[in-house]
Amino acid sequence: MDALAPATAIEHGPSLRQRLAARGFDAVTLLVIPAAIFSLLLFVYPFAFGFILSFEPKAGGWLANYQRFFSDSYLYDTIANTLWLSVPTTLVNLLLAVPIAFRVRLMRHQRLLTTILVLPITLGTVLVAEGLLNYLGPQGWFNRTLMTFGLISQPLKLVHNYWGVFASLVITGFPFTFLLTLSYVTGIDPALEQAGATLGANAWQRFRHIYLPLLMPGFAITFCLSFVQAFSVFPSAVLLGEPAGITRVISIAAYQAAFEEYDYSMASAVAMIMGFVQLAIVVAVLAARGLFYRGPASGAKG
Amino acid sequence: MTIALSQFDEVRLDRVSRDFGALNALRDVSLTIRRREFIALLGPSGCGKSTTLNCIAGLLPVTGGAIWLDKNRVDTLRPEDRGFGMVFQNYALFPHLNVRQNIGFGLKMRGRHKAEIDRKVDEALSLVRLQGQEHKLPGQLSGGQQQRVAIARAIVIEPPLVLMDEPLSNLDAKLRLEMRAEIRRIHNELGATTIYVTHDQDEALSLADRIVVLRDGVVRQVGTPKELYEAPSHLDVADFMGFRNKLKGKVIESDNGRAIIDVEGARISGVARERLLAGSSAYAAIRSDDLEAGEPGPNALKVIVDTIEYRGREFVGTAHTAGGLDVVFRSHQAVEPGASVYLRADDQRVLVFAEPIQGRS
Amino acid sequence: MIRDTTIGAKLWAAAIWTIVGFFVLNLLAMIATVITSSFATRWLGTWLPVGWTTRWYSSAWSEFQLWDVLMVTFQVVGAVVLISGALGVTAAYALARRDFAGKRLLVLLFLLPLLIPSITFGIPLATVLYRTGLAGTFWGVVAANLVPTVPFVILVMIPFIEQIDPKIEAAARVFGANTFKLFIHVLLPLLLPGILAALLLVLVRTIAMFELTFLVAGPTSQTLVVALYYAVFAAGVRAVQSIDAMAVVYMATTLVWLIIALRFVNPTQIVTRAKQQPAH
Repeated sequence: MDALAPATAIEHGPSLRQRLAARGFDAVTLLVIPAAIFSLLLFVYPFAFGFILSFEPKAGGWLANYQRFFSDSYLYDTIANTLWLSVPTTLVNLLLAVPIAFRVRLMRHQRLLTTILVLPITLGTVLVAEGLLNYLGPQGWFNRTLMTFGLISQPLKLVHNYWGVFASLVITGFPFTFLLTLSYVTGIDPALEQAGATLGANAWQRFRHIYLPLLMPGFAITFCLSFVQAFSVFPSAVLLGEPAGITRVISIAAYQAAFEEYDYSMASAVAMIMGFVQLAIVVAVLAARGLFYRGPASGAKG
Repeated sequence: MTIALSQFDEVRLDRVSRDFGALNALRDVSLTIRRREFIALLGPSGCGKSTTLNCIAGLLPVTGGAIWLDKNRVDTLRPEDRGFGMVFQNYALFPHLNVRQNIGFGLKMRGRHKAEIDRKVDEALSLVRLQGQEHKLPGQLSGGQQQRVAIARAIVIEPPLVLMDEPLSNLDAKLRLEMRAEIRRIHNELGATTIYVTHDQDEALSLADRIVVLRDGVVRQVGTPKELYEAPSHLDVADFMGFRNKLKGKVIESDNGRAIIDVEGARISGVARERLLAGSSAYAAIRSDDLEAGEPGPNALKVIVDTIEYRGREFVGTAHTAGGLDVVFRSHQAVEPGASVYLRADDQRVLVFAEPIQGRS
Repeated sequence: MIRDTTIGAKLWAAAIWTIVGFFVLNLLAMIATVITSSFATRWLGTWLPVGWTTRWYSSAWSEFQLWDVLMVTFQVVGAVVLISGALGVTAAYALARRDFAGKRLLVLLFLLPLLIPSITFGIPLATVLYRTGLAGTFWGVVAANLVPTVPFVILVMIPFIEQIDPKIEAAARVFGANTFKLFIHVLLPLLLPGILAALLLVLVRTIAMFELTFLVAGPTSQTLVVALYYAVFAAGVRAVQSIDAMAVVYMATTLVWLIIALRFVNPTQIVTRAKQQPAH
């Protein structure tokens, strides 16, 4: 009997193909390979390449690019400039988006509003910059209207400075933040609010004690996504701002290093610094999110 | 009648095994299905009955053994090359195709001419009594109608073997009875060979020519409904066949197919279904219908009544013994909860099984 | 829904609608400014232009070589849509249907290009493309644009494929469909609405994709949005109205496709990418 046992085992044991299939590897799984190769080649490899290249400066030691960046105020100020634009606009967008999303949630026909709001996102920052140049300019309809109403006597200077870029980040950023917020707000089971009301909570208490804790994780994600969009502001900072002054943002520094100085090593270093600052802020926000409730926001029904 | 199913003599499962995971494992399942038979695979969920069906259909690979259609080995073929018809649990109708296109799908895949497809689909439609619905999409049909489309789709390709995976489990109770009769009618009219998976013993008993009881990936018993109902060969099978009372005791003596066991001091005698050693643990299995409230005497067990329900002609009660065994019994008179009564069973109606060894069959 | 009817609540609602109204008004006025300007003969220091003309369109058409730019734009967009569709749908199918070791890592890999702004990975990507000589060419622009669109298609399609019962595919197999027939007769018809939606969104996003195209395009591989940027950047060289005429051409190109896309998708999908974005 013992002598026969191994033979039976071979006959009955699953083949390699069957064992792989049991772990989820079969012909269907192979379909993912083209996209994976593509992603490695055009996303992972350039990132890794840029990272290494940033430590191979044109001149000086391996950290020379980073030393140069942090010793030249023309370069390191770009971080502060970018944050000074991106943090206020992200906060303004989020603070406007939340009450509006709560109101729009009750609307029957949201589609018209969402369609209008999706316009600036689809048109993109270049067109918004071109439009705002005219619209907010000294002769534009915006200043003209304010003067007609007697609110101001001299046209406000709203382009080629900080406020021009600020306005463009609100015009493109607010719809983005709002639509994300709306999708989180509508994802919450209205029965929870009704339950709160039957237990005696007023509108503010319902928001404070029911919605806010449930929405906090969603708001954190929304903040992060809106922030990284604003942080990488580029065309409007050039077209609507003072690209040599207060709106010289970090992406301008990276672009100039690459395409004006042709120093790809330095450009990669700036891109890495840019990525790092974004990552640091996102990680900080998401870590803070860990302090809040995380779980289903739709009651008991799974 | 032009839907003529392919003819063959037998389908043979020869020590079919699947070695992956605990859930859908099979161990050495051997079974021969003869032409025109209606076979039910019966067992609780996770017993391997659906796995067996999926292995026959080719949707799951087997890791050992073989499946034969007469002299042809089919377990190595892809599902599309086996030519079996299948009715899925939630029907799996193509949502984008109408009734006619759904039923004709298999014929279209086989590259048949349009005229032939039309003729066969018409026939299948009338067989399942769905004329007039053929241009609806599956989403516009009721559960029972979807069921009929699924059956028509499976038989129109004239398969040697029709596989049905719990086809009635999504229907309400009334429709289930109706469709059960329909399935048997269609099987008989076509002279089909059907393998039918279910966890409902009533369905299996009423539909099948033979029932295969599976448990933990192993065949426990194969037999006609009558054989299984009257003479289950294993405690699990008895459990499935309605022996709700399982009284644990010690074997006092056993010979000539009879056994006497000691259940909390009471001597219960019955038919021995397995070889029993004196002194070993055993179970007396009794249907609730066969356990009746009465006088003290032979084969009687003293219990305390917990609940009593009126069921029209008689009462059905639950009770427990001093040792904590729960039992279900019937009674011709009302007995008060809390009362102490004796329950008696005819010794021909008591089956005695050895205690199953854990983890092995 | 609970509606409050106190005075405070009404004021609050009024304040919110005022903000929304203000925002929408300014947005539409900004777009109207561009359109008005493009038809203006002379427009300085008045509410409306002195006169109306369409000549800026013909001058923009020749000055900015809009025909060539439009052709390049549509070729780039077409190639991006087809390639990201082919790569994205197949990968989404594997990810939706199979569980395998490393799947979470792979999904994260596909998620990253959507979360990281394009200018951040665009600079190293452009560096690599310049080193390989691909930058400045048609295929370089297509390759750069594929980096976010392939993951986008994957993430839109995964939930779409997951909602199709695998038993339907099993049924097709049992009834004799081989892999090719399964795809043609069952999967493709069922997935078509999802594929169409995903590809239309890719189309709209690619027309408007400025940063990546800007970083890798050469003079002959510019898309419309990049040409518009250069025109605005060099403002003063050309008449404002001419640039605005080009901007209107760009808007029209984008909005036509946006309107088509909105017939198949919800506007929120343009922002929330896949609904499947990890919600916690």
